[in-house]
Amino acid sequence: MTDHDDNFDHATGKTTTGHSWDGIKELNTPLPRWWVLTFYACIVWAVGYWIVYPAWPLLWGYTTGVAHYSSRADVAVELANLEKIRGDKMVTLGAAPLADIEKDPALLALARARGKTVFGDNCAPCHGSGGAGAKGFPNLNDDDWLWGGSLEAIHKTIQFGARSGHANAHEGAMLAFGRDGMLKKPEIVTVANFVRSLAGLPTAAGYKAEAGQKLFADNCASCHGDAGKGNPEMGAPNLTDNIWLYGSDEATIVETVTNGRTGVMPAWVGRLDPATIKALTVYVHSLGGGQ
Amino acid sequence: MQPNNDVKWMTAGESGLAGLFTLAVFLCIIAVAKAEDAPFAFHATLAGFASLAAVFAIFNRYFDRASLPPQEINGRPNYNFGPIKFASFMAMFWGIAGFTVGLLIALQLAWPALNFDLPWTTFGRLRPLHTSAVVFAFGGNVLLATSFYVVQKTCRVRLAGDLAPWFVVLGYNFFILIAGTGYLLGVTQSKEYAEPEWYADLWLTIVWVTYLLVFLLTLVKRKEPHIFVANWFYLAFIVTIAVLHLGNNPALPVSVFGSKSYVAWGGVQDAMFQWWYGHNAVGFFLTAGFLAIMYYFIPKRAERPVYSYRLSIVHFWAIIFLYIWAGPHHLHYTALPDWAQTLGMTFSIMLWMPSWGGMINGLMTLSGAWDKLRTDPVLRMLVVSVAFYGMATFEGPLMSIKVVNSLSHYTDWTIGHVHSGALGWVGFVSFGALYCLVPWIWQRKELYSLRLVNWHFWVATIGIVLYISAMWVSGILQGLMWRAYTSLGFLEYSFIESVEAMHPFYIIRALGGGLFLVGALIMAFNLWMTVRVGEAESEVPLSSGATLQAAE
Amino acid sequence: MSFWSRHQIMEKNSIVLIVGILLVIAIGGLVEITPLFYLKSTIEVVDGIRPYTPLELTGRNVYVREGCYLCHSQMIRPLRDEVERYGHYSLAAESMYDHPFQWGSKRTGPDLARVGAKYSDAWHVTHLKDPRAIVPQSVMPGYKFLAETEVNLDQISDHLRTSRAVGVPYSDDQIKNAVADMKAQADPDSADADAFVKRYPKAVARNFDGKAGIPTEMDALVAYLQMLGTLVDFKLYNEKANLR
Ligand code: HEC
Ligand code: HEC
Ligand code: HEC
Ligand code: HEM
Ligand code: HEM
Ligand SMILES: [Ca+2]
Ligand SMILES: [Ca+2]
Ligand SMILES: [Cu+2]
Repeated sequence: MTDHDDNFDHATGKTTTGHSWDGIKELNTPLPRWWVLTFYACIVWAVGYWIVYPAWPLLWGYTTGVAHYSSRADVAVELANLEKIRGDKMVTLGAAPLADIEKDPALLALARARGKTVFGDNCAPCHGSGGAGAKGFPNLNDDDWLWGGSLEAIHKTIQFGARSGHANAHEGAMLAFGRDGMLKKPEIVTVANFVRSLAGLPTAAGYKAEAGQKLFADNCASCHGDAGKGNPEMGAPNLTDNIWLYGSDEATIVETVTNGRTGVMPAWVGRLDPATIKALTVYVHSLGGGQ
Repeated sequence: MQPNNDVKWMTAGESGLAGLFTLAVFLCIIAVAKAEDAPFAFHATLAGFASLAAVFAIFNRYFDRASLPPQEINGRPNYNFGPIKFASFMAMFWGIAGFTVGLLIALQLAWPALNFDLPWTTFGRLRPLHTSAVVFAFGGNVLLATSFYVVQKTCRVRLAGDLAPWFVVLGYNFFILIAGTGYLLGVTQSKEYAEPEWYADLWLTIVWVTYLLVFLLTLVKRKEPHIFVANWFYLAFIVTIAVLHLGNNPALPVSVFGSKSYVAWGGVQDAMFQWWYGHNAVGFFLTAGFLAIMYYFIPKRAERPVYSYRLSIVHFWAIIFLYIWAGPHHLHYTALPDWAQTLGMTFSIMLWMPSWGGMINGLMTLSGAWDKLRTDPVLRMLVVSVAFYGMATFEGPLMSIKVVNSLSHYTDWTIGHVHSGALGWVGFVSFGALYCLVPWIWQRKELYSLRLVNWHFWVATIGIVLYISAMWVSGILQGLMWRAYTSLGFLEYSFIESVEAMHPFYIIRALGGGLFLVGALIMAFNLWMTVRVGEAESEVPLSSGATLQAAE
Repeated sequence: MSFWSRHQIMEKNSIVLIVGILLVIAIGGLVEITPLFYLKSTIEVVDGIRPYTPLELTGRNVYVREGCYLCHSQMIRPLRDEVERYGHYSLAAESMYDHPFQWGSKRTGPDLARVGAKYSDAWHVTHLKDPRAIVPQSVMPGYKFLAETEVNLDQISDHLRTSRAVGVPYSDDQIKNAVADMKAQADPDSADADAFVKRYPKAVARNFDGKAGIPTEMDALVAYLQMLGTLVDFKLYNEKANLR
């Protein structure tokens, strides 16, 4: 241990506590005043907060605080305020017939604004941020429509979806001709080449046009039409326009015909409110290809 | 202290431990044979070989040693430095590994192709590897090394236990190995900072209790009448981590021969347990433990007394009492009841000054020695770490305020806060301590190069600044984008737009992390050269470094 | 000076010190955690919450294994932007059978608490295999390997049994039929599908990954994602009664 003369620290003019560990001593500095005061202030603030807000658990419940605050009640108020910010305009939009919305510039602007924000978080994951689509997910910018590009048709698609499981959804599917044994592999290759020829794409060597034509007429025309122009009644795509949902190379078409396709567009009724779905309809319609 | 030369006996510890490890070998063989899944079989194999190696090492030592190492040599304590050397080496090793993985995951967020889409390289598996490697492996080994050093020096006795200290450092690193390889193989409970599965948790419990005993018994047999403040903090850290670990990790394995378990707690209770644990892992592992380091290494390096004994007392008890309550600030606005959130927030605010008490004591210890900062980059590192500590513990209470947290939670702001604490405080105080410790325990006169320390300091500091400022900007930007409304009252941005907006900041962060890693590599080289070519201390060594020291 | 000298008891006796520390750290935890187990208001009363189906549970285990929670939260906060973006704020009841909970603490990707039924199975499969094939701006890793790994059927009833031991109310019937239920959920045409749906109300049986045979981990994960947030009918939920 150290002797008493060592208990004075010359640099600071303070005494030490008298102990020393491996040469380390401690000064007897009092607690800094500002530190103590700030600490007390924090404690006082905390106590005040407990009085106002729910804070302490008890045996049967908890102290609710004089403000009777609840974060859940708060958000209900916030959401109600939001409705106020949006004003009656969203109500008007919800009530307006689809066709009238596009005629009223103010309503149209509102619908597009609403549509755009909802599209980003709900539709863009499938249809792309600009609505340009991806493999298996249709482009919404072009004027090629599986289920029709009128406002009404788009509205129906968004509400109930396609093959979504909703009772009103678009049904009808591209059959699995190969898997279900309706066509043999060589036949599928042949009809696939015919489909390519419909779109003006080159066909494989040794491809027999008449055979393809016949296979198509027997199996495919019922949905895709004699000329392959498609049928929006059953969502059968136009095969002549070089706009492809899944792809135009032989292998992809063979895959399509072999295993069929049943692209699912979810139903949005229930998840999104009616006015928002209307807004989306107008927004999608205005993306470029609306009919 | 004369050895009994007639017959040499194995101590109860040696034979007992050798027996247990032999048993463990057989249990591992059974476990491998009956394993339900490949990772479990792999871990049982590792454990089997490790146990075998332990048996071998115990016998080997027994045959090599003349007697047990004495408690004192010539009236001076015969300090046990072996386990400390090992832990220091492992700290550096895991540090570099952990920073490298951190850099990799930072790059993955900037360029996702770097996930390679292989199971064991995806972000979700590497991120826990990073956090565990830096916090538990790097930080943990620094804490083991320094606590074993400080407790011996400030109690003036040799570490309690003969094999126990080695058991602690080796056992702990084995735990890290099991945990880390487990993450890569998909063995995880996905409880943040408590990811290891049930068997790793059990093993850690054994190791940690031994650690507590070694530390406590060393305190008990101390030669100093008073317990030094650093040891209060170490003790609080060790015992509280034990409590937290036991509280958060109970789980029921699907099979004792399989890796998967179901956590005992569920839903909101599990959430509360988790963040009671997680927050206090910060409070006791990353704070109390490293404050202990600060309390020894700063006064020692600055050759100045600790600023205020009374502040030590008040802020110690205040910090450990208040910290425990603050966990719910990780669960603001969640399904945790509002009353608990209030407690989490208010106690976090009250925690501000007690935390700053540590900062004041650390910084003001330099009173009368500020000039040393100009000449000693090691001291500068230690002091800057305390400044970062002050910054993180100001930011923390700020983020605990519910309105602030409603913005910051879920965003990169949290990541920025974490790394100002982790890189600035934990990283720098560890580096400073290791720069002091390595020459001391390897009995070198000084570090190989102070200029390299200076380089390390500056490269790493720039790295930290880049890292945390990028995260502040991106975090706040992210939070603002998520809640932005147009004048019409509609959300302004979609989520994916916020993802896109992060890209430049993720690149800057990776750059910062890269610099931090470069600094650590410079350090590793410097320490390596210190040990390899450093000039031995001229003075007669107080003790030998190795455990195996005959008494004659 | 009396306070300061009294502290010396702690400084001079390590056992007193450690006991003191233990007492001081015990209080906060006890006060905050214990009430959550007995206060009725902790978990709301809502209809519809049921234990996970065997396939969903397997999918959840994949989610846990891959560490999805490190990027995705499953906790919608009662804040207006979150409620607008993700749906009704999350209830404690909705994660009451989650061992461990997966609320998450970081949103590198969007919240998933109500992602169920939002997208199609095919979208999830494509997205999980290669997120950038479908969302070019995404930074999410690809999980192709899930589609190639079959689920482990042998152990599934043990999983249910273990879950029951930690508090998830699986019935004997559910445990007994775990393997059949697991297969049936991924094969809606199977004979067991009806019995399965009876055992797990609101569960959907679909061939999630489109491949025949033993369900894959992809089936399981998608089954899990597709049920997230779909159990509570918020038209029937009484908000006022559950403020706390
Ligand atoms: C799970 C992915 C997915 C999401 C999300 C999605 N869609 Fe679709 N959508 C599809 C698919 C797939 C089709 C094509 C269906 C088919 O193949 O018949 C489609 C078709 C459509 C069509 C008809 C296109 C046509 O050519 O007739 C419209 C319009 C449309 N979606 C709008 C939307 C809107 C608006 C939203 C958001 C509210 C949305 N979609 C969300 C997948 C999705
Ligand atoms: C029962 C009605 C039906 C029949 C019969 C049918 N299709 Fe289809 N086909 C569809 C529908 C519906 C789709 C769109 C599927 C979707 O949207 O997922 C489609 C899609 C396709 C596509 C994908 C187009 C693209 O853009 O990628 C090709 C190619 C195609 N059919 C070719 C054929 C051929 C060849 C046959 C005959 C062998 C055939 N279809 C018979 C209904 C039919
Ligand atoms: C590196 C971070 C990261 C990891 C790990 C990650 N994700 Fe994602 N995830 C994202 C991002 C970013 C998005 C948003 C962009 C997109 O849709 O890909 C996302 C989107 C999603 C979505 C669509 C959500 C929506 O509403 O649009 C789902 C579902 C999803 N992820 C599931 C998972 C699952 C399951 C895992 C684990 C197996 C996982 N994610 C792992 C980053 C990640
Ligand atoms: C080279 C230096 C480092 C780099 C590049 C780095 C990078 C990262 C990255 C990219 C993340 C994930 C962030 C996210 O999910 O968005 C992360 C998380 C984390 N890192 Fe680091 N890191 C580094 C050093 C450290 C150190 C030294 C520590 C601790 C001592 C640390 C502790 C953590 C923790 C605790 C998290 C989790 C944060 C949270 O969940 O909120 N890191 N790091
Ligand atoms: C008074 C002191 C402190 C307080 C009150 C505090 C508070 C907070 C808060 C509010 C969060 C954000 C929680 C969320 O929104 O998810 C947080 C996160 C975090 N803090 Fe601190 N902090 C303090 C000091 C520190 C220090 C010194 C470190 C040291 C490294 C640290 C490490 C962390 C880590 C790792 C996280 C991330 C947890 C996660 O994974 O989500 N904190 N802290
Ligand atoms: Ca664990
Ligand atoms: Ca986190
Ligand atoms: Cu915290």
